[in-house]
Amino acid sequence: MTGKSKENYNENYLRYIRTQDPPTQHFKNCAAAFGVGGLICCIGQFIRIMLEYAGLTGDELAGSTSVILIFLGCLLTGLGVYDRIGRYAGAGSIVPITGFANSVTSPAIEFKTEGWIYGMAAKMFTVAGAIVVFGVFSGVLVGLLYYFI
Amino acid sequence: MKKGNTVFFKNAPRIISFAAICGTKEKEGVIGEFADIALDDDMYGESTYEKAECKMLTNTIALAIDKASLKEKDVDVMLSGDLLNQIISASFAARDYNFPFLGVYSACSTMSESIMLSAMMVNAGYVKRAVAATGSHFASAERQYRYPLELGCTRPPQSQWTVTGAGGCVIAEGKEGIKIVSATMGRVCDYGVTDVNNMGAAMAPAAADTIMQHFKDTGTSPCDYDMILTGDLGALGSRIVKDLTWEKGYDISENHVDCGEIVYNVIENEFQGGSGAGCSAVVLNSYVLSKMRAGLYKRILFAATGALLSTVSSGQGESIPCISHLVELEY
Repeated sequence: MTGKSKENYNENYLRYIRTQDPPTQHFKNCAAAFGVGGLICCIGQFIRIMLEYAGLTGDELAGSTSVILIFLGCLLTGLGVYDRIGRYAGAGSIVPITGFANSVTSPAIEFKTEGWIYGMAAKMFTVAGAIVVFGVFSGVLVGLLYYFI
Repeated sequence: MKKGNTVFFKNAPRIISFAAICGTKEKEGVIGEFADIALDDDMYGESTYEKAECKMLTNTIALAIDKASLKEKDVDVMLSGDLLNQIISASFAARDYNFPFLGVYSACSTMSESIMLSAMMVNAGYVKRAVAATGSHFASAERQYRYPLELGCTRPPQSQWTVTGAGGCVIAEGKEGIKIVSATMGRVCDYGVTDVNNMGAAMAPAAADTIMQHFKDTGTSPCDYDMILTGDLGALGSRIVKDLTWEKGYDISENHVDCGEIVYNVIENEFQGGSGAGCSAVVLNSYVLSKMRAGLYKRILFAATGALLSTVSSGQGESIPCISHLVELEY
């Protein structure tokens, strides 16, 4: 009855607990993600248009918009607001650039107690490291495809 | 005397005093008015959450000793553990005291294990008075087992919320207090659950196994007890443990209560309820023992459950072995 030896028993149990699992509310989650994600993008677009009015163009414009959004993401993380948004919006607040800012800032705040170098600086990319690695990797892949086509 | 996995204490060691400290979120729940100290600030005036957890544990132990009208020198040994790596909260709490310290770890069932071991030592006559205590903190557990606090990610509906709090009691020989009649040592159960967010489903088989083992060893049935208290199975785990025991012919649905399920008042982000070593410790050492002392419950089973995983084992895709130790209390 105990232990892993009886594989069938385990499978039966796992099947049984799947029937007991509270259902994930896919529609509600998707709607929240769509709404909040869209709102963040609209804010980004608004900033972009404002900067365009201010006379920025091209790379400068795109860069400044990102920087402002990253700043807002960090600020809201520091104020303890972004995790509340994230809990509600899920992917809607993770996918935009503000989510990336959040994933860097939050471990930095968390591990500050272990010192500036071995704590904050070293642990800053515990969450975002994976995003950077696979982001760069897929960038290279797409770049190669683009080069050969 | 031992029968099966159950040890019977013929000298009936007693819980002569108990104390609990709970956090801000827990204060609003059922234990708020029973806890000795309910914090207004989860940092407890400290600079880090780990220090806050340690301070809660230290103060709980002091309170429990004080409530028994004892002095530090009257205590012979302290058994304690917690969830953090190398049980730092317990060890650091112990450095403030002069009595010997034995560190125990069985995740969230540390409370029942330390009560059981203390009772064994007191019953055997090796020590006169022992302190059993444990605690946990939401923020420190979250950092160790999951993600940084401020990270904006969603929690799955099966997840539970680590309780901020600490509970402890003094176990001594004598004629007064709540009697520890017997204890059932748990076996490690692993039914292959790998989802670290679904602790209730992982731990339920361990709880069911220990509870049923107790019934077998003592020849009792669920209706002999006023309450069968499990540790932190949560709402989902409670349903599963009832099913598992019912399947084997023991119907515990009438008197089963889960600490994790009752600890929070409003289920908002906690989903299935509370978890953590502090969960069973706080609920037992405030609400349950107070009610027992008031005569509301005569005979209860306390089976805290623990998931013996680490971030390394779950990262390597291992399933979650779980354990549950049980103590039988009578007043």
